Amino acid sequence: MIKHFLNLEWKQYFRSSYWQKSLALNILLVFFALYFVVMFLGLGFGLLFILKKTFPDQDPFVIANGFLFYWIIADLMIRFFLQKLPVMSVKPLLTLPIKRSTIVHYVLGKSAFSFFNFLPLFAIIPFSIMLIGDGYASSKILPWMLALILVVLIINFLNFIIEALSSKTDLPFLPLMAFVGALYGLEYFGIVSMTSLVGNAFIGIANNPILIVLPLAILALCYGHNYRVLREKLFLDSSLQSKVTEVKAADLSWTNRFGDIAPFMQLDLKLIWRNKRTKSSAFIMVIGLLYGLFFYTQPIYRDSLYAASFVGVFSTGIFLINFGQFIPAWDSGYYKMLMSQNIKYEQYLRSKFVLMMLSVVIMFVLGIPYLYFGWKILMMHFAAAIYNIGVNSHIMLYGGSFNRKKIDLNQRAAFNYQGTGAVQWIIGLPIMLIPLIIFSIANFFLGFEVGVAVLIGIGVTGIVLHKKLMKFITKRYSDSKYKMIDAFSQDN
Amino acid sequence: MIQTKNLTKSYNGTTVLNIEELNIPKGQSFGLVGNNGAGKTTYFSLLLDLIKPTSGSVTNNEVVVDKSEDWKPFTSAFIDESFLIGYLTPEEYFYFIGDLRGQNKADVDALTSQFEDFFNGEIIGKKKYLRDLSKGNQKKAGIVAALIGNPKVIVLDEPFANLDPTTQIRLKQILKDLAQKQGVTVLVSSHDLMHVTDVCERIVVLDKGDVVKDLETNPATLKELEAHFASNMSFQEEE
Repeated sequence: MIKHFLNLEWKQYFRSSYWQKSLALNILLVFFALYFVVMFLGLGFGLLFILKKTFPDQDPFVIANGFLFYWIIADLMIRFFLQKLPVMSVKPLLTLPIKRSTIVHYVLGKSAFSFFNFLPLFAIIPFSIMLIGDGYASSKILPWMLALILVVLIINFLNFIIEALSSKTDLPFLPLMAFVGALYGLEYFGIVSMTSLVGNAFIGIANNPILIVLPLAILALCYGHNYRVLREKLFLDSSLQSKVTEVKAADLSWTNRFGDIAPFMQLDLKLIWRNKRTKSSAFIMVIGLLYGLFFYTQPIYRDSLYAASFVGVFSTGIFLINFGQFIPAWDSGYYKMLMSQNIKYEQYLRSKFVLMMLSVVIMFVLGIPYLYFGWKILMMHFAAAIYNIGVNSHIMLYGGSFNRKKIDLNQRAAFNYQGTGAVQWIIGLPIMLIPLIIFSIANFFLGFEVGVAVLIGIGVTGIVLHKKLMKFITKRYSDSKYKMIDAFSQDN
Repeated sequence: MIQTKNLTKSYNGTTVLNIEELNIPKGQSFGLVGNNGAGKTTYFSLLLDLIKPTSGSVTNNEVVVDKSEDWKPFTSAFIDESFLIGYLTPEEYFYFIGDLRGQNKADVDALTSQFEDFFNGEIIGKKKYLRDLSKGNQKKAGIVAALIGNPKVIVLDEPFANLDPTTQIRLKQILKDLAQKQGVTVLVSSHDLMHVTDVCERIVVLDKGDVVKDLETNPATLKELEAHFASNMSFQEEE
């Protein structure tokens, strides 16, 4: 049975129109993966020496255990945003003679082979070897290592539980934030020392290998819970009978001042508000807004200003990056209709542009309180906002003309919690890094004012050339019209 | 109104549509029938410039559709559910289409109020998103949306499929009125020979991309069509 499933997936992947398009992206992903593998290997082999050097008079094994709490928290956070439960279209399988449990075990089992689970091994195993080489009893270290591997798997399945919970709420990040925040709060305010609690638990396992049954039991519980949740979803009525929601209509007449693009703007706003997936990209704006606090509260970053140029682009452009890269795929479900309607491509694209521009302006205005950390930071954000409007928004629109992957807003797929993964963020990286590089060069040779001026200058150039750029972009869209229609009418 | 000249469409060397000449005059109700793969949807997609012709062209009111977009203001269509925007309510969808076709809310309301019968109280004012409606009701909404803005050409692919019998009868009346009283050119495809002969003045039979019959509808047409498709069957069995 597993063989059949693997065969199906292989075909689904390579026969999708997305595959050829994303070849370059796949290569990039592999490079990223290799990079992290090397980093983790380095960490695994180097950690013992680092710990010995930094804490010469303490037991490095105990210290390493003290960090485990932070690792678990960070891993949970990262996975929440990047790792998704493997998607499988189950509807065609349900009427075939396949046990439901087989399908669920397969999906869960596949998730255990995720890259996110292998990556920590590259650090855990070398570190354990180094410890044994350093004279620690292998009878202690081996159970300890096994416990860590079990924890990796626990995090894997715990993440899906959290994602399943969060997909039910309107604020998808809330459950995770609450969970992690509570744990961190306990540690931070000294109510319960989570670091030593977690650390001692692992040292306990090292001393009493029999205790390994505890993580094993937790893993079984997490797996069991996932199994039950997914099995319940595996009935046709839960995916077929869609939940009928009452319409909440808002007054959008204020968009009428935008003239002929108003209908599209209203459509886009409804799109964002009424679909789970787009809604989460609106909520992510809150993260973008608060992102600066991670950096600016630390003097090293506050003074360097390089961080500010990155934070500026990121926080004013977070919606632009998140929403922009799926233009026009957001409309893929009814693209055919749009193309046969009485509209001009230029209007359609302009409405997207205005929407992105508005988001940048709003994010900048909301970010004005960063003035508290110094006027230079605000200047930096201003320059970044101009750059985002003038350059990045056009890049996003242009990039959209290469978009060939349909987005199913209706989300009937049983396991589709959020839909986006690591790929989305990697595309965003160059867009954020290029202004950072431009600024850094100018800042290094000619000073802060010039750096800011260069960014603003480039941005303004983009704004001045807006009409011409739009003409060029519109032509790109017209040229690939048939290809887009064709790709958007395919299911995968 | 619509001229088709030397139109072909092939995928990887396989020709799926090959129409030498097909002229549809203004105000005609035109029916397209044929088995699966005959090229009905392909022809409509070419007419709406959703796919690129391999050779030849379709001219809609003197506009070559793959050269200019000027045919869009007076042409409307409902091909399948992908023409609907799932996260809008039917009213919002009608207003959106209305906006694109230069109709204000009052115009749209005036038009949709004529279809209360057709909607059977299941579309308007229900506070449901289109994605939550049943297939049949989605179809009704899509068909009515195609009537917004007084189009001169209306293209409907399989309008009768998924509709209940009462609605099918009402739809036939609506389509007849459009062509006869308002001079709208209506293009319909269907697998249901009875419905097509009821509605259309002219019926073209496609087979594997070729026009094999072009009939003025008269009382004998249904028999002729049935005979054609039945003979087709025995012919294939002999093969």
